[in-house]
Amino acid sequence: MSIAAQQFLEAAGSITRNLRHRGLIQTALRKYEAARDRKKSAFNDWSAARQSAAETKWDAINHLDTYLVEFASKLEARGTKVHWCPTGPEARDTIRGIIRDAQAKCIVKSKAMTAEEIHLNEALEKDGFEVVESDLGEFIVQLRQEPPYHIVFPAMHLTRDEISDLFERELGSAPTREPEELTMIARRALRRKYLQADVGITGANFAIAETGMVSITENEGNARLTSALPRVMVTLLGIEKVLPKLEDLALFLPLLATAGAGQTVTGYNTLYGGPRQPGESDGPTEWHVVLLDNRRTELLADPEQRDALHCIRCGACLNVCPIFRNVGGHTYGTTYSGPVGSVITPHLRGLQDWKHLSNASSLCGACTEACPVKIDLHHHLLQNRRNAVGDAPSWIERLAWRAHAFVVNTPALYQFAQEVGRIVEPLRKRLQGTPLDPVQSWTRTRDLPPVAGESFKEWWRNRR
Amino acid sequence: MRPNDRMNITLFIPCFVDTCFPEVGRHMVRILERLGHRVTCPEAIACCGQPAFNSGYWDEARQVAGKTLHHLRDAEAVVIASGSCGAMLKVFYPQLYEGRPEAGAARALSERTWEFSDFLVNRLGVTDLGARFPAKVTFHDGCHGLRELGIKSAPRRLLEKVRDLELVEMTDAETCCGFGGTFAAKFPMISTAMGEVKCASAADTGAEYMVSNDSSCLMHLQGLLSRQGKPLKTIHLAQILDPQ
Amino acid sequence: MNARDRILARIREALTVPAPKPGSHGHAQEHDGGHGHGDSSAGTRPIGFRNRPVHVARAWLPQGGSTPAEHLARFAAASAELKTDFRCVDSEAEAHAALRRIADDEGWRRVASHHHAMTDAAVAALGRPALFTDGGYPPDDLEACEAGITTCDVLVAQTGSLVVNSRSSGGRALSVLPPHHVVLARRDQLVSDLTDAFQRVEALHGQQWPSMISLVTGPSRTGDIERILVLGAHGPKKLTVLMW
Ligand code: SF4
Repeated sequence: MSIAAQQFLEAAGSITRNLRHRGLIQTALRKYEAARDRKKSAFNDWSAARQSAAETKWDAINHLDTYLVEFASKLEARGTKVHWCPTGPEARDTIRGIIRDAQAKCIVKSKAMTAEEIHLNEALEKDGFEVVESDLGEFIVQLRQEPPYHIVFPAMHLTRDEISDLFERELGSAPTREPEELTMIARRALRRKYLQADVGITGANFAIAETGMVSITENEGNARLTSALPRVMVTLLGIEKVLPKLEDLALFLPLLATAGAGQTVTGYNTLYGGPRQPGESDGPTEWHVVLLDNRRTELLADPEQRDALHCIRCGACLNVCPIFRNVGGHTYGTTYSGPVGSVITPHLRGLQDWKHLSNASSLCGACTEACPVKIDLHHHLLQNRRNAVGDAPSWIERLAWRAHAFVVNTPALYQFAQEVGRIVEPLRKRLQGTPLDPVQSWTRTRDLPPVAGESFKEWWRNRR
Repeated sequence: MRPNDRMNITLFIPCFVDTCFPEVGRHMVRILERLGHRVTCPEAIACCGQPAFNSGYWDEARQVAGKTLHHLRDAEAVVIASGSCGAMLKVFYPQLYEGRPEAGAARALSERTWEFSDFLVNRLGVTDLGARFPAKVTFHDGCHGLRELGIKSAPRRLLEKVRDLELVEMTDAETCCGFGGTFAAKFPMISTAMGEVKCASAADTGAEYMVSNDSSCLMHLQGLLSRQGKPLKTIHLAQILDPQ
Repeated sequence: MNARDRILARIREALTVPAPKPGSHGHAQEHDGGHGHGDSSAGTRPIGFRNRPVHVARAWLPQGGSTPAEHLARFAAASAELKTDFRCVDSEAEAHAALRRIADDEGWRRVASHHHAMTDAAVAALGRPALFTDGGYPPDDLEACEAGITTCDVLVAQTGSLVVNSRSSGGRALSVLPPHHVVLARRDQLVSDLTDAFQRVEALHGQQWPSMISLVTGPSRTGDIERILVLGAHGPKKLTVLMW
């Protein structure tokens, strides 16, 4: 078992017993569900909209080379510097170089999961820069020195009291139970940072090929400020973010907001097409767009699961996932958690080390049903399981399944097994609760149904 | 064929129903025979191969599925009392045999395979079986039946016609109960937590029974409820629908 | 080979094997359109983007209405939900009067704006000191202003949004740094939905794009603390739209 798998099992074992966590997450996500359902019902045809989005993303991903070239050349024509980075370390070094050249001291950052993916903050802090996360949730988890809990709601695992304590400790603010006041404490702390920062780093939600623009979705205005005041702007995004046309946003913005947060559209959806243009009064004089591969092309090379690159990181699959709702975001130990994380992490970070995430699913399919771009998520988990076995089967398991096949395929043996089950049942019952119980992984928390005195098939035979 | 024509129905009884819940099969037989159909049950097959399939061992799954495929090749209609095994035959066999000589047979079997409630309502066109069940119940949608087979209204339409039965929906009717086959044994802590959420949601309705069309979910849920000494009981749809 | 060509080569290599079209993986249907037999026979069929009339997707989205009166009603309803202070008045003079009342109520000392016939007239009517951002400004001065007054390109009935840009709405910061953003708009700037809005934006700017175009929907907001809505996270706490 990989180290990641052991850590997952341990973390899952303790957090699933934490009823406070369970209650907090259930309450937050039920609120989300109610808002989402309300917004979904305003759609004339939700499933047709999803299908259309899936087809648009299919087009984008299956002509990725063409669209990326178009995107980059349009950006460059307006004075943006585009950097192509095959790996995480290359992207990190590119950004470190930009910041060094800019002789920056203070860096303000708006939410970017790709930056988490390449561990950008750690690298920059090691270089001696101050990096401030400006999204409220990200700001909170940064103060706690932990990764975001959820790709859209980074601090959903914390109560207002915990946040108040944190602010009191780290910022010296007075304790309060009002979310409003807590938000204002962060607002005041961050205002100065926007004005001081020399570099602003952002992520992106969509890359529009037709016009050479990135689209950034947010609610707070922190990305707007991050890209307005500092003199250098850096935008880091995965190569899969492309959309062919500007007007595709008319579909994708409502879909993303509805599925992700239960909003019609989010507060700010901003298109950036270049650094400050002639005649404009503000904005960065330099803009660097960093395109990240980091093994996305490996996922692309798997036609069966290529649609996982359609992902718009809305978080809907996490929100509805009963596994996520019980183990929480941190248990996964990955940048991308929940169903989509369980699908793509084995591709991005190694199948054998991360296959446990594909196994840790009841395959209920709630994720696939929720996904606004119709990624076949839960079937991809099945495919990952098959591929993991194909690459490196466990001989014990293989033998066990062969034995199982032999027994169920041989009626006499199958009946014999039932008979044995009937005979040993009293003994097994006595062993229940001891380490000798052969089915303790079931019986530790659940009763096992008794073997019936007369099986269905026996009844059937006797009846005729 | 008109709805009341006599059909030859082949029941597929999964191993755990055969061994632990034989009454579910018996009720199905009685219901279908009372409707005037001929019921058979091939004794040679015991499993659909889903456990190995879900664990990634597709070769071993085919060893089991191949036999099932063979024995059901001439069946007019195959009816299954579990959405999960139903999904295996209907949805996953064609995948398991994609690009293989048996692909055609797998697709043909898929066409002729029905989950029990779906078969009653959408194939036979019956909703009222004359049953009476004086209790308040809530319905749990098994995930495979719901999302792989698209079954949502059929079991409810059947329950609506049961005399003296009151159906109340729970908030998390469509949320997975946490069984998930081998998942329940490989990740028992997650499976248990999911089951607890489900049972709490069902108990909140004040129902006496949690009904489902999938015995596998019920095995897990009843196991939890009995262990925790909860008054809520589980019952398979077929047990309610049989008027005896 | 440089990094760009390396990535493009890997993409082209990967794309030599085609991927199935969306919807063709066939399983996990929505249960209103069941798989196989299911409850109803209509699944979601592929729409075919190659043949898709350009704006057909808008028919499936939330609607913005088809007459100016409907647009206005929809925009007002969306604004109320978003907590945007939307006022539709009969004349520019009435809008100025409303603006003066807000300024008095909130005790504005200094406002920020940009030069445009509408904003110039409004600032003059306010009779308060003003910072104009055109041609550059010290950020600290802008931060100290109580309100930012701008025009916009277009307003969207469907979503209650409006569009500002970095060239003709006073730059990137004016609409987001001061605590109160006031938008001056004419009725003919209100369109039905996002598709119309993007068309209007393209018609206005397509020849020479500004560096930033922002779709603003309500005042700045966050739900990051226990999913409880708080306005004014980083951007404006208040958004007022004065339309005539
Ligand atoms: S996989 Fe689908 S549901 Fe999950 S985050 Fe991506 S787009 Fe959203």
